[in-house]
Amino acid sequence: MAEAQALRKAVECGVPDNDKYMHPTLLKNRGNWKYHDRPRPGVLHHVAHSGDQVWSVRAGTQRQMDTHTIRKLCDIAEQFGEGHVRFTIRSNIEYIVADQAKVDPLIAKLEGEGFPVGGTGNSVSMVAHTQGWLHCDIPGTDASGVVKSMMDALYDEFKNEQMPNRVHLSTSCCEINCGGQADLAVIVQHTKPPTINHDLVANVCERPTVVARCPVAAIRPALVNGKPSLEVDEKKCICCGACYPPCPPMQINDPEHSKLAIWVGGKNSNARGKPTFMKMVASGLPNNAPRWPEVNAVVGNILRTYKADARPWERLADWIDRIGWPRFFEKTGLPFTKYLIDDWRGSRATLNSSNHVRF
Amino acid sequence: MAKPMHPTPNLDQLETGPWPSFVTGLKRLAKDKDYVVDVLGHLERSYQTRKGYWKGGTVGVRGYGGGVIPRFTEIKDEAGQPVFKDAAEFHTLRIMPPPGMHYDTATLRQLCDIWDKYGSGLIALHGQSGDIMMQGCTTENVQKAWDEINEMGFDLGGAGPAVRTSMSCVGAARCEQSCYDEAKAHKAVINSFLDDIHRPALPYKFKFKFSGCGNDCMNAIQRSDMAVIGTWRDNIRTDDDLGRKWFAKHGMNELINDVVSRCPTKALQIKDAGAVRKDAHISAVALDGKQCLEIDNKDCVRCMHCINVMTGALAPGKDKGASILVGGKSHLKIGGLLGTLVVPFIKLDTEEDREKLVELAQSIIDFFAENALEHERTGEMIERIGLVNFLEGIGLDVDPHMINTPRTNPYVRTDGWDEEVAKIEAKKKAAA
Repeated sequence: MAEAQALRKAVECGVPDNDKYMHPTLLKNRGNWKYHDRPRPGVLHHVAHSGDQVWSVRAGTQRQMDTHTIRKLCDIAEQFGEGHVRFTIRSNIEYIVADQAKVDPLIAKLEGEGFPVGGTGNSVSMVAHTQGWLHCDIPGTDASGVVKSMMDALYDEFKNEQMPNRVHLSTSCCEINCGGQADLAVIVQHTKPPTINHDLVANVCERPTVVARCPVAAIRPALVNGKPSLEVDEKKCICCGACYPPCPPMQINDPEHSKLAIWVGGKNSNARGKPTFMKMVASGLPNNAPRWPEVNAVVGNILRTYKADARPWERLADWIDRIGWPRFFEKTGLPFTKYLIDDWRGSRATLNSSNHVRF
Repeated sequence: MAKPMHPTPNLDQLETGPWPSFVTGLKRLAKDKDYVVDVLGHLERSYQTRKGYWKGGTVGVRGYGGGVIPRFTEIKDEAGQPVFKDAAEFHTLRIMPPPGMHYDTATLRQLCDIWDKYGSGLIALHGQSGDIMMQGCTTENVQKAWDEINEMGFDLGGAGPAVRTSMSCVGAARCEQSCYDEAKAHKAVINSFLDDIHRPALPYKFKFKFSGCGNDCMNAIQRSDMAVIGTWRDNIRTDDDLGRKWFAKHGMNELINDVVSRCPTKALQIKDAGAVRKDAHISAVALDGKQCLEIDNKDCVRCMHCINVMTGALAPGKDKGASILVGGKSHLKIGGLLGTLVVPFIKLDTEEDREKLVELAQSIIDFFAENALEHERTGEMIERIGLVNFLEGIGLDVDPHMINTPRTNPYVRTDGWDEEVAKIEAKKKAAA
């Protein structure tokens, strides 16, 4: 009884107010900013209607951070910044200072400690990434390692603003795509149906749930070797892996046959055209840990082609809208295979219903 | 001093190159923690075999049904014992950060102290749903870590078929494009659904995201069941000094190629200063002594492009608020869906305005809870039942802002047409 009384009851406090964490100049001018400019890559300069100014120095991190790294970032904030930071959606850290004189020493310190300053404006920002082998229960690949190898290759593009418009990247370790939409995404694409351990299905999986989860109704209950299990119509199966999370004995990951696909042209912004989803432009790339050179080669090729050919303010999707898909494949040298023609619901809207052809 | 490291030839290759290395960070932790020595061994095994080895389970904190992501190792020896025994359990606590992800260093240090004491020392800032991910904890320590984090004033986020942790952009805190106080709206909405966050009982996940303008930095339209996107109703504001400054620096070619010709609705024209229209819906910014950039605000869709290019010279209007879209989601099960506009404009200036937003959210979640099939997202439900049934269910009137085009086929029974027209007329009359 005494022990029961000692149990602490959770305080369902929800999302905390951000006032007490915010830099005082931000708090003072909340909702009253006039404009901003970028004195150099990695630095945002915001001016309030009150005349107050702040500089935000943005640096890349590894997202999966050990406490030593976080404390180092805190040391820098206390010694070179003003004790207040924030993180962006792409895991960049921003140091906010109201004193311009602090900007250069802050940049020097961050870079000296190995945190690249950049990720603003028309740069390639840090990859939005997922968990992968480090923590996920269904991953086809790792996330942190893919990101590390990609950002090593794109390091200079992070630190400079030399792209036609901003470039957002993401990577996902299965087709659920937790990494989300991006100008360019790397996503696992399975190529074989699940391998089923029929000894375990009946005890581990709620079979009607698994049947219902399949997008193409390829799964049905079956008796296998006298045991209740599930079977997959392999002619129907699209190898999406949707059955694997609710039924781990239906193993979809395969060291050889789980490949990586590249997608381009997702645009979250409403600027110019409406938001768009990204489109698959390459697949069949090997899951080649620890540095995924084949993936990096395709990513680098697409980004170099875009950089050289797009006009100012064209996001990747805007650029392809102008030049057309045939020239995208021609310029990048990527093979246009039959698998890139959509046949899912709504797919006819993705076909060319005109004689608009660029020669 | 921790036990000796396992060989990690694959992971070692991720310590080269200029980008900060998560492997180097883990190795630093492994100097003092047997736990992380085995986490590295576990991860190296995945790199060798290209397979994942964590399985889920049931681990939680008292009083909550979600917010902890349980992970148990599947790398076992012949006797069924974990090969990496110090990393046999590797659970994650999802913690909701302050909106906009602002921190003072004392708070970050306190989180580090708690996680060194009870966890692996690995923290992701932040996960894809916007949580602080306290990664790597034993079952025994989950409650202890949670108690201390909760004492700091933080709460667990969502997991499973629940309202999920939300994200809002930096917005009003620092951005001149902000059209409402994103953090206040974020907090008002999410803190109204704590029961639906902490005790997963919905058909499937439900995500809110808050972006302060059409740039949608939170990817809300693509990724959330209910997206709140800032906009304004009156004219784009202009600043002649900053307009002239922009033009002096960038010139006519950039103005035409990068601004005027990229306007999606052709709302921009270059005019001689004396020829600018005087109508109430026209705004204009000076370029030099002779010419102006004229904006027809009736044609403008508030896409943000010209404001992005000429920030300061152009700015969102003063009559600000937000548009609401519902039904965005990723691939599974029926394919990716973008959100659909269901409320063209809602004011979000006051507590009462935000209360109306919460009421709308509540009616959408109630309808979703009652009508969605198991594992069906809001967008899939709308696809299945049709937008009109959804709108009637949550009590919203149809509006031509909700569509790209009217129906392109005749396959609909329309014998209620006259009644619908009469209803619309009656509403018009009542409003007049």
